[in-house]
Amino acid sequence: MLKTELCGIKFQNPLILAAGVMGSTASSLNWILESGAGGVVTKSFSINPNKGYKNPTTVAVKGGIINAIGLSSPGVKKFKSELKLINKKNMNGDENIAIASIYGSNSDEFAYMVNEIESLVDMIELNVSCPHAMTGCGAAIGQDSDLTYEVVKASKKATSSNTPIIAKLTPNVTDLIQIAKSAEKAGADAITLINSVGPGMKIDINAGTPILSNKFGGMSGPAIKPIAIRCVYDAYTNCNIPIIGVGGISNYEDVVEFLYAGASAVQIGTSIMYEGIDIFSKIKDKLKFFMKENDFKSIDEMIGYANK
Amino acid sequence: MNKIINNYEILEIKKIISETDTIKTFIFNWEMKEGRIPIPGQFVMVWNFLGKNDEKPMSISIIDRENSKIGITVKKIGDFTEKLHNLSVGDKLGIRGPYGNGFNIENIENKKILAIGGGVGMAPIACFTSYIGQKSNIDVVCASITKDELLFSEKLEDNSANIFTCTDDGTCGFEGYATHRTIDLLKSKSYDMAVVCGPELMMKGIFELLEDREIPAQYSMERYMKCAMGICGQCCVDNTGWRICVEGPVFSNKDLKKIEEFGKYHRNASGEKELY
Repeated sequence: MLKTELCGIKFQNPLILAAGVMGSTASSLNWILESGAGGVVTKSFSINPNKGYKNPTTVAVKGGIINAIGLSSPGVKKFKSELKLINKKNMNGDENIAIASIYGSNSDEFAYMVNEIESLVDMIELNVSCPHAMTGCGAAIGQDSDLTYEVVKASKKATSSNTPIIAKLTPNVTDLIQIAKSAEKAGADAITLINSVGPGMKIDINAGTPILSNKFGGMSGPAIKPIAIRCVYDAYTNCNIPIIGVGGISNYEDVVEFLYAGASAVQIGTSIMYEGIDIFSKIKDKLKFFMKENDFKSIDEMIGYANK
Repeated sequence: MNKIINNYEILEIKKIISETDTIKTFIFNWEMKEGRIPIPGQFVMVWNFLGKNDEKPMSISIIDRENSKIGITVKKIGDFTEKLHNLSVGDKLGIRGPYGNGFNIENIENKKILAIGGGVGMAPIACFTSYIGQKSNIDVVCASITKDELLFSEKLEDNSANIFTCTDDGTCGFEGYATHRTIDLLKSKSYDMAVVCGPELMMKGIFELLEDREIPAQYSMERYMKCAMGICGQCCVDNTGWRICVEGPVFSNKDLKKIEEFGKYHRNASGEKELY
């Protein structure tokens, strides 16, 4: 009942771990897959090792957190050995879907990365939306429709095995539809909406200084959900490729809302902090119950329901 | 959403105790209310905001519920800890927590307990020992490289625990490693349980000794940590994927057996493996 297909990839359920959350090792990704997620996205990685920013890198605020971890990763050569250890099937024999999140500062770097890892994962998500990446990366690309086009086009061209390419876009733009259409035109097989919002900042009034060492970071958590819903709804109305919804999901009602807005699947991240790893199995059970109660036979019937 | 994610409190250092040449204990007032009452083995994140100088996890070494105080014990090992050592009473630090799973202290009454601490790993062990107090019969192996670095041995003796000091160089107590001291103790004594904290290779040695003798034990682990809220994934361990900041830092021997990287490697800031 919860099975869904996206770009020809079959998911046992539409719940996916979002990039950047517990995604640095195969062990943590496998744990999340065992706990019921239909797929996982790795933490974003690039060509070279990166330590990220100094602590404090995360701060809790009302409605979520602000983070500026700074895309820490061991670099593609070392991360490939983690990708190889992600379990292809779970204990019940169901398919696990592994999605690699990659970043770079130009189209050549993205193309190189795609080439390096495409045989090891089911899908590749391009991080062109991180609001606190170093100069030239993340949102610096995704806030420009030409750069977005170039990066998606180069990534798509670099694939030789038809590995679907997903562009993860930022909500922090004047015209999201323009960017989404650029990604679509460049050949993106799907888009993920949204990355964290902002950047935002938290100042400790007793210390008299911003808390994050990077001063600002991306806001995530329940408070950003309405923005994400609007972005998914808009993109669903204007684009013809599948959308993965993400931003502030903490229960099954949120998942239904994203599906109704037009998402074909959803990603869950920050809520793990409050709800723990079993958030996936909890939501799955309740989503199934909701579907039965409301006479939905499949996830497909729910996608874009609110746009009809 | 039921979990309390504690935010920073900017706290004045109320007292500094120079434990050794390289180790100091910093004491803060701490409001003991729901979600903030620490148990031994838990840690706090310490933010030295003066000069934007980083944030690190630190074990809680003192829990004084009566006087609403907590303490952390810090060894000078790098830039961050050196700057902490330069602070004075009245200076301020950002503290958030307590975080993680501490030692399981249920049904501990009248048990024969062996507590083993190596170096600054004595911090949570001392906290545990003082906290349990008279409830149990505790033997403490207090280990360090040399006499001048022995932590809390005198304080714990006052607390009615039996202290067994040992130093690598033999300058105080038994000459040898904590493992050697433990082997010696186990020749003549039996224990219902053990708690252990120290350098990971020391803990690995102790783990094997206690497993051989089927003594259930709890171990406090350490990994590079960023968020401490269970989200960044930096402190996840192979092959379970468990987060040291949430599922740890204290693990039972049963759980520790599942952590395959224990005693073998850890990961640095970028997530690259570093062998012990």
